Amino acid sequence: MENNFPILKIMDDQGNLLEESYREKLDKQLVYQFYYHMCRIRTFDQKAKNLQRQGRIGTYPPFEGQEAAQVGSALALGPNDWMFPTYRDHGAMLTFGSDMIRTFLYWNGRVEGCVPPNGKNIFPAAVPIATQLPHAAGAAWAEKRKGTNNVSIVYFGDGATSEGDFHEGLNFASVFQTPTIFFNQNNRYAISVPFDKQMNSKTIAQKAIAYEIPSVRIDGNDCFSVYFETKKAVERARNGEGPTLIEAVTWRTGAHTTADDPTKYRPQDQGKDIVEPITRLERFMKNYGFWNEAEITQMKMNIEEEVEAAVKGMEEYPKAKVEDLFDHVYANPPKQLQEQKDTYLELLRRE
Amino acid sequence: MATQVKKTPQQNAVTEKMTLIQAINDGMKTVLENDQMTLILGEDVGKNGGVFRATDGLQEQFGEDRVVDTPLSESGIIGTSVGLAVNGFKPIAEIQFMGFIYPAYDQIMTHVSRLRMKTMGHFSVPMVIRAPYGAGVRAPEVHSDSAEVLFTHMPGLKVVCPATPHDAKGLLIAAVEDPDPVLYLEPMRSYRSTKEEVPVDSYSIEIGKGNIRKEGNDVTVIAWGAMIPTVEKAVQQIERNGVSCEVIDLRTLYPLDRNIIAESVQKTGRAVVVHEAHATSGLGNDIVSVINDTSFLYLKAPIERVTGFDVPVPFFALEEHYLPTPKRVQIAIEKVVHF
Repeated sequence: MENNFPILKIMDDQGNLLEESYREKLDKQLVYQFYYHMCRIRTFDQKAKNLQRQGRIGTYPPFEGQEAAQVGSALALGPNDWMFPTYRDHGAMLTFGSDMIRTFLYWNGRVEGCVPPNGKNIFPAAVPIATQLPHAAGAAWAEKRKGTNNVSIVYFGDGATSEGDFHEGLNFASVFQTPTIFFNQNNRYAISVPFDKQMNSKTIAQKAIAYEIPSVRIDGNDCFSVYFETKKAVERARNGEGPTLIEAVTWRTGAHTTADDPTKYRPQDQGKDIVEPITRLERFMKNYGFWNEAEITQMKMNIEEEVEAAVKGMEEYPKAKVEDLFDHVYANPPKQLQEQKDTYLELLRRE
Repeated sequence: MATQVKKTPQQNAVTEKMTLIQAINDGMKTVLENDQMTLILGEDVGKNGGVFRATDGLQEQFGEDRVVDTPLSESGIIGTSVGLAVNGFKPIAEIQFMGFIYPAYDQIMTHVSRLRMKTMGHFSVPMVIRAPYGAGVRAPEVHSDSAEVLFTHMPGLKVVCPATPHDAKGLLIAAVEDPDPVLYLEPMRSYRSTKEEVPVDSYSIEIGKGNIRKEGNDVTVIAWGAMIPTVEKAVQQIERNGVSCEVIDLRTLYPLDRNIIAESVQKTGRAVVVHEAHATSGLGNDIVSVINDTSFLYLKAPIERVTGFDVPVPFFALEEHYLPTPKRVQIAIEKVVHF
């Protein structure tokens, strides 16, 4: 099966294009878009890890190493498409238009972090595993029924393919031919469990065969193959040709979360040979004459400023209101819930 | 009838100071050593030793064959455990957080709990399902649920929940020895909060028996698991005002120890029930029913309940407002005492 699903790659580890035909598709604007977003979400990710260490936010799941997969796929979407992320996909969410202050708030235990900007179809990050796949099939089905050409993309990891909802989501998408992109980030570990203990199949892409869904296995650290393959899937979906499964093979450079210690289960030298996606793109930019030192220095300064401002925005954000515990559970809170709220607020006032 | 019914180990038993999670680990080690048919399965329980380290060192000691890292599939873990259990093994299945148990709900509700009944005892499912539960550790969403009543409302299953290291080991061993499936809930907030002397040998705490943590005369306060420390803080405070409280740790949530509740309430005439799950359909309501059925005419005041509110367990910024606090428990105790 591995041979049926070779890892598709446009750019090699040294930043050289393996297919020259892509040369003309990569103009400066696009290349800088990739680079900007990957640097931006990496800066966010590193800041979040530091904030957690300092006790300024809660447990945080870093996505370092997966920037190409998240940026490349998010940039392939149109503004009215739907995104169904997991808890490790805040990079894709930020690239697609999530607010950075609210993203920090999410990791600080605030529901405000689940509220997308007006007009952006970004679902809250799924914490339960694989539950978001059927949602993505449903939202795309709704678009199809409404006669639009909008699509949905849903993110999930290698471990998620073991859950029933993975198979149920794929099957529904297949039966109802929904415009859905199932975007798998195979980072090779589900917390501590490696790919070969998670499944006996050699690829994730092959699982689509059972559902008659086209699938492709790509180098998830190559932002170009992520972008162009996702674009192909999006176009097919928009043209009424149904769902696609993409397996982006990548590598989680760090821990599962800030509460996890990967030295317990990952051999020290594992992954050392993997060229992380930003380094790879930098090599490409230098190889092909895209590198402009002054522009990039300015870009990175702007990113630093934006992330610092977002941290400040998170920390200066109005404190969580106790009323919010009660007010958003129902459209019209039942009387007994209103009474619980009143009694508790009265107790707080007396204190 | 005696209320202190826990099976105490021999007087001169060798003990070791352990946290609650160490006692759980020690309990599993004990049963793996003593019963070759036991095995542990779950997500990250092997090489990683569990995300909380509950199974730390067990795969090293007993091998990958008996401490098994499974695929990420709660329904698969419980479903295969049913197959293992009907065919001679005794699985101890770990669900990483109670909030992750829902994909396995179908298996537990439709098979684990009913297999004995529908085969007239031909098949049974002697297995243990372990799950850390509860809020208060600033965990991400869905990691803090306290959904015990989904399972007490499931005839065929027993539900236990230790509050102390000593009870944790004894109840774990009892759960493994039990001929029927047992859900074993672990108060994650108490995993490492205290240490106490725990016998190194095997012993069990009888399922279905509560424990009087502290004797008193004026009011009975009933709780379990992570709410025991909250109750004890409230009680310490209120006893300064001369109110004598009796604290019952139920330890088993199904079947309830009706005797320990009735005897205590008949003595004190007042009761407060504390749990962190939601009020509506909470186990507190069953406890009120037990008191109503057994001790109504002894009551000097209506029973008070202190519970989580009828809202989803919130993200952690507001979890301290969701959880019952010593202050809320104290107010409830004052209310029944001064009725």
